[in-house]
Amino acid sequence: MMQHLPILQVLLPLLAAPFAALLRGRELAWGLTFLTTGAAFLISIALFLEQRALGTTLVYELGNWAAPIGIVYVIDAASALVLPVISGIGFIATLAARQLVAAEIDRRDHGLFYAAWLLTIAGMLGQVTTGDAFNIFVFLEISSLSAYALVAMGSGRDRRALPAAFNYLILGTVGATFYVIGIGLLYMLTGTLNLADLAERLPQVEETRAAFTAMAFIALGLFLKMALFPLHFWLVPAYAHAPSAVTALMASTATKVSVYVLIRLIFGVFGIEFPGLVDGVGLLVLTLGIAGAFVGTLAAIVETDLKKLFAQSSIAQLGYMAIGIGAMSATGLAAAFLHLFNHALMKGALFLAIGMIAAQAGRATMGTLQGAGKQIPITMTAILFGGLALIGVPLTAGFISKVYLIRALLEQDFWLLAGLTFVSSALALAYVWKIIEAAWLRPRPEGAPELSETPSQYMPAWIMVIATLGFGIYATPLVDAAFAAAHVFIPATVGAP
Amino acid sequence: MSAETLIYMLLGLPLLASALVLLFRHQPNLRDGQAVGLGVVSAWAAFQLYLLPTGASVTLVALAPGLTLSFTPEPLGKLFALVAGTLWPLATLYTIGYMRGAKEKNHTRFMFFYAIAIHATMGIALSGNLLTLFVFYEMLTFSTYPLVTHKGDEAALKAGRVYLGILVSSSIVFLLFGVIGVWALAGTLDFVSGGILAGKIDPFYVPALLALFAFGIGKAALMPLHRWLPAAMVAPTPVSALLHAVAVVKAGVFTVLKVSVYIFGIDFLQQTGGSDWLVWAASFSILAASIVAMTKTNLKARLAYSTVSQLGYIVMGAALATPLAASGAALHIAAHGAGKITLFFCAGAIYVAHHLTDIKDMNGLGRTMPITYGAFALAALSIMGVPPLAGAWSKFMLMGGALDNGYLVVLGVLMVSSLLNLVYLGEIILRGFFASPSHKWDGVQEAPLAMLIPLSITALLSLLLFFTVDFLMIDFGG
Repeated sequence: MMQHLPILQVLLPLLAAPFAALLRGRELAWGLTFLTTGAAFLISIALFLEQRALGTTLVYELGNWAAPIGIVYVIDAASALVLPVISGIGFIATLAARQLVAAEIDRRDHGLFYAAWLLTIAGMLGQVTTGDAFNIFVFLEISSLSAYALVAMGSGRDRRALPAAFNYLILGTVGATFYVIGIGLLYMLTGTLNLADLAERLPQVEETRAAFTAMAFIALGLFLKMALFPLHFWLVPAYAHAPSAVTALMASTATKVSVYVLIRLIFGVFGIEFPGLVDGVGLLVLTLGIAGAFVGTLAAIVETDLKKLFAQSSIAQLGYMAIGIGAMSATGLAAAFLHLFNHALMKGALFLAIGMIAAQAGRATMGTLQGAGKQIPITMTAILFGGLALIGVPLTAGFISKVYLIRALLEQDFWLLAGLTFVSSALALAYVWKIIEAAWLRPRPEGAPELSETPSQYMPAWIMVIATLGFGIYATPLVDAAFAAAHVFIPATVGAP
Repeated sequence: MSAETLIYMLLGLPLLASALVLLFRHQPNLRDGQAVGLGVVSAWAAFQLYLLPTGASVTLVALAPGLTLSFTPEPLGKLFALVAGTLWPLATLYTIGYMRGAKEKNHTRFMFFYAIAIHATMGIALSGNLLTLFVFYEMLTFSTYPLVTHKGDEAALKAGRVYLGILVSSSIVFLLFGVIGVWALAGTLDFVSGGILAGKIDPFYVPALLALFAFGIGKAALMPLHRWLPAAMVAPTPVSALLHAVAVVKAGVFTVLKVSVYIFGIDFLQQTGGSDWLVWAASFSILAASIVAMTKTNLKARLAYSTVSQLGYIVMGAALATPLAASGAALHIAAHGAGKITLFFCAGAIYVAHHLTDIKDMNGLGRTMPITYGAFALAALSIMGVPPLAGAWSKFMLMGGALDNGYLVVLGVLMVSSLLNLVYLGEIILRGFFASPSHKWDGVQEAPLAMLIPLSITALLSLLLFFTVDFLMIDFGG
């Protein structure tokens, strides 16, 4: 049983999806999804612990066909760290979905909703576990296609979900196509699709233009999927008009998986030595990352719709992950992994809390929040903590990723960049402050809709808040795991954690 | 009692007090009495800790490698803990008198956050590294916000916005960057005698890094980041006393001093000249704030600007980067603490007894409130630096430090500032005792005893501190 965990991780949600579609009655479909995501979460924890304990790479050969003929699933320090993020968020979001989906989705569609929900989670888990470049594409499409459907399901409440989903579909498909073109070129050059095999054979052809083109296509395709500035325009409407539960799930996981795949391909296949990587891709990612950090933060400051506000902030936060990647060092990658992890927690908390408000009031805007600190103090406190974590205040998880990001930049003597990164992250104070001011420092306007909160409504968000604080107060194991993940791609040369 | 126990006591007693405040919210006398009692215990604990040799350390939790929450009292921190610990029970006693005398509402909430603020101050005083200090620094900001906006009216909320806005944004934008920068450079944030940055940073960047701290620590109210302090004057007077003497601004200048002594290191600053610019910035702050103070006729506003000016002395002591100047600055934390708390206590007593806030209305009031005015005069003279009062020593040592460093200009700045002090504080005393009364007051009308006792004690402290300077002086090596 234990040795089959890598495949079960993906297969379980994948197989449960059609059953969810068949189940009538919303409680049954939800129950199946809840159990499945719960099991997937447990599996990912088990895999993480096993990998950390053994310290080696666990390889699972599908049908006992050894690589490079067969497809392998690989659990190394990097994938072991990302899997619990996806499955964990998937589990907590499912917990919250029960109420959110009941409020926002037509009763008859619940079965289909949860089927798409499970498929998108399965697709993301597959992208992380598989050791095969084409397999990544397949899972990418599974998760994306079901995500388009999930976003479009917001149309019952908000017609704008349809154009948003269509936009998302077009751009997502372009990104996936770019990726597959790059993989095609690599296959042409090397005759293999296995990632480890690719990494071995690429140095023989690394001077060719085709190899460089492949890298460019893959990177560009993934930039689109991870919503790196300026390829981020699909993200804000998709997040803003999707059903609240979908926003919470996707904001914490979808783009993160693409960040992971980018790291996996760029560092794991091409490798840091690949010509043009550090000066070309590295510099590009660094520049786009810092630009995205500013653009996203500034756009968030002027935004009044809360889902859009935090979607813009996600653009900025993805910028920080890009900066970590662009630093092209072990510390930088560790910072990217840390932020991938931490940001999933805080954005999950924020979108779950906002989703609860949106489900009640129809929308969540600054106006809805006015004076809400007295009516729904527990939910608003969750939003406050999430916001503080986004700024990177000490004792929240955001602080940990921030210090390592700044350290990665200072290690390379990027003083100016470190300063800019810091300034943009501190600017997040402006939009968090707007929320504090609206919720606590202003009275509730006359005639504003009555908001309420029950434990089952705020609990999912608070689980994430507690995780955010927990990983902010005691982050040592996480920091170790992030450095282990980074060292998969860049061996330890400079400084321990 | 071991130093570790005393650390836990100093941190825990205010928390206990705040919990008991909530518990006894329906029994006002018990609620307020226990806070004074615990305050006296914590004063005793601070005194015991001050007597013990340094070296004790308590670590609560390690966030990540090199990032811990820990407490390591060093001489400067112990001095600040002693100041805060001694003034806390007096301020609490005074608060009781004021809140009841001025008929303020929501006593329980007020007493609760007052105790939390003291807890945060103790955390700052005893912090063993910059991260711990930062956490408690922010806690102090947030715990004092409900105190500043206690009245809850439009003016209070507006002032609260300025207060929170400046303190939070300066600390998050500059101070946190400085903290992370130090960690990235030195790999540690511990306060170490002699500093941790020597050899870790290009001297070219030292002034910039110091600027992140000097302006990031908004609580030090270095101009132009002083706006929050006068704005916060809308708060009840015990809060003003807390802000000015015990907690907030003292925490600010304490942090500046602590960072320059234990993070940068006096010698390192001296060698690199990284703090030269700060001497000028502090000089500007000292003089400009004194001049603004002369234009204010609202008593609390005048005292507020006087505080901004006096804080400049302590920042100056840090900037001069000589052992003597640093000792003078440390001493000034205590001297100004005793002096300024007395002045604010007097301002509150005047308000409670006669509902007066404007200096022009206080002609002849000294004959009606002889004890209050006597205390006021004593404290004002101490702040002007007149011997035999506490302020004389610190000013004297700062001047010595300036001479050591060759800054003759600073001597001039300090003298002019003393003269300005004489003008704007002297005016109040002269009006009180010698001007013809602006109202018909018959006989002596003093504030309640719960206010008179603390203000008399703190006034006498100014005198006492002059003679016990040996006990309080910290030797920063030389």
